[in-house]
Amino acid sequence: MSETAHTARNADHNPSWLYRNRQSIAPWLFLTPGLIFFAFYVIIPVFQSFYISTFDWNGLGDMSELGAQVGLANYVELMDDRKFHTSLINNVKWLVLYLLAIPAGLFISLFLNQTVKGIRLYKSLFFFPFVISQVVVGLVFTWFYDPKFGLLNVALGWFGIDSINVLGDPTLATYGVILAGLWPQTAYCMILYLTGLNAVDPEQVEAARLDGAKGVRMLWHVIIPQLKPATFIAFVVTIIGALRSFDLISIMTNGGPFGSTRVLSFYMFEKSLGEYGLRMGYGAAIAVVLFLIMLVFIVYFLWSMYQEERGR
Amino acid sequence: MFPTPVEKTSRTWQLTYQSLLPVALFLWLMPLIAVMVFSIKPDSDFSGGNYWGWPSSFEGFTNYGKVFFESQMPRYLLNSVFITVPTVIGAVALSCMTGFALGIYKFRANLWIFFMFVAGNFVPFQILMVPVRDLTVDMGLYNTKTGLVLFHIAFQTGFCTLFMRNFIRALPFELIEAARVEGIAEWRIFWYVVLPLMKPAIAALSVLIFTFIWNDYFWAVVLTQGAESQPVTAGITSFNAQYRAAYHLMSAGSIVAALPPVAMFFLMQKHFIAGLTLGAVK
Repeated sequence: MSETAHTARNADHNPSWLYRNRQSIAPWLFLTPGLIFFAFYVIIPVFQSFYISTFDWNGLGDMSELGAQVGLANYVELMDDRKFHTSLINNVKWLVLYLLAIPAGLFISLFLNQTVKGIRLYKSLFFFPFVISQVVVGLVFTWFYDPKFGLLNVALGWFGIDSINVLGDPTLATYGVILAGLWPQTAYCMILYLTGLNAVDPEQVEAARLDGAKGVRMLWHVIIPQLKPATFIAFVVTIIGALRSFDLISIMTNGGPFGSTRVLSFYMFEKSLGEYGLRMGYGAAIAVVLFLIMLVFIVYFLWSMYQEERGR
Repeated sequence: MFPTPVEKTSRTWQLTYQSLLPVALFLWLMPLIAVMVFSIKPDSDFSGGNYWGWPSSFEGFTNYGKVFFESQMPRYLLNSVFITVPTVIGAVALSCMTGFALGIYKFRANLWIFFMFVAGNFVPFQILMVPVRDLTVDMGLYNTKTGLVLFHIAFQTGFCTLFMRNFIRALPFELIEAARVEGIAEWRIFWYVVLPLMKPAIAALSVLIFTFIWNDYFWAVVLTQGAESQPVTAGITSFNAQYRAAYHLMSAGSIVAALPPVAMFFLMQKHFIAGLTLGAVK
């Protein structure tokens, strides 16, 4: 319809090629700046990392001159690298345990989904941990766990339990760091569910109540299905957050004790820029493994989004 | 409403709920409250082993004064501002355009480009680390705020595009059609029709990106070193190295570093939450 209007309007002077095709040119003009930035800093580097992972290179000078092409040697080395195995296992722990943020967030949001006086302020204050930087969260929890004066051990002392050095114990340290990460992540999931609960259809709830549904059954059969969009986003951000964990480990344990809290993201950094020297190729190989793990989830997310797009 | 509103429940539960709220909040924020208490205590409390007792004197002004006047902290804070603000402006500007292009126009590559932005936004930082560091060094921008800003703009464009595109999709398309019938140029449609409607989305994204970038630590460590360019997240670690075991100062420093995004959140709460839900949950 709009096409005919334009033709009518411009009938007396011959419209230029640019003018006639503006609807197909315009999107590309709008896209160009963003695409250039994104291509240079995100898309191309992903492929470059794959390429770098086939080199033995210390990061100094030009890679094609000073580095040595080693094929898949870095990946072969990874197979027998015990530090890599620890990191991989820890990543699985992070992934599984981090998901606890979703039910925990749902629980808190149900607790706070009321209309009593001052509840808005309560909601904001519960959300607080998410807004502060992970560096600060890390410091706060390091002190919380401190064997000498940490609040955790003060509390344990009330129950007559001996103090434990969470971050100094190789079997506990990773769980200690994950717990610190769960704090802000639960707050995030909570806010997602609070927004979701707002959108729950009150008529359905009332109808279910008349049918005698309440408590857990109501939650499971009526409320949770309606919270599906919130759950999906909570799932996405939690998975991403779990695989991105770096700040907390760097601040709280720096990979220790005895390398027991390493995850792939941290080990990669350590290998390429850390104190264990500059092995860019090896680091890139670790990054590629991490990327491939993430890719499984990325494909799943995109697939879900694609289904929804088509459904519109 | 679920769960049942407390007003409709028994008097006992109402009272229990009302008293449970502050207790729960206190427990939830306890690690943070502890740091706040630390930050106003005098040095002697720590050497004397009085960690959790009442502060023997109020030293809040002294401690925070030291952070502001006797350390590099103000410098780091300023760096953070000069990194965060240009990034917010850049990423929001770029994504207004990409979001407009992907939300309004129908062309074959549309969904693919959109998915490329989304996928890129999800990749682990480490897969970008070595090449981005090289690129930054090659451009002579290593250890500069500009280098950090350029990368942040590029990376955040992925998330921002996702957000903006979905937002624009939800706008009434008849408005754009009407403008086209009027023969208004495409860039004018963008500027005069769509952009004014995007204000809430711009506000939401701005606060969100501000928080993300302010709190970034990984890229700060990878692309900068030293007080002339490092943001406060990286600066706090050197600050802590300087005042090792001076818990009162480290606490005060941490709180100062954490405050700007917190202030942002409380000032722009509504927008912030709209942004967090990625515009998907209304």
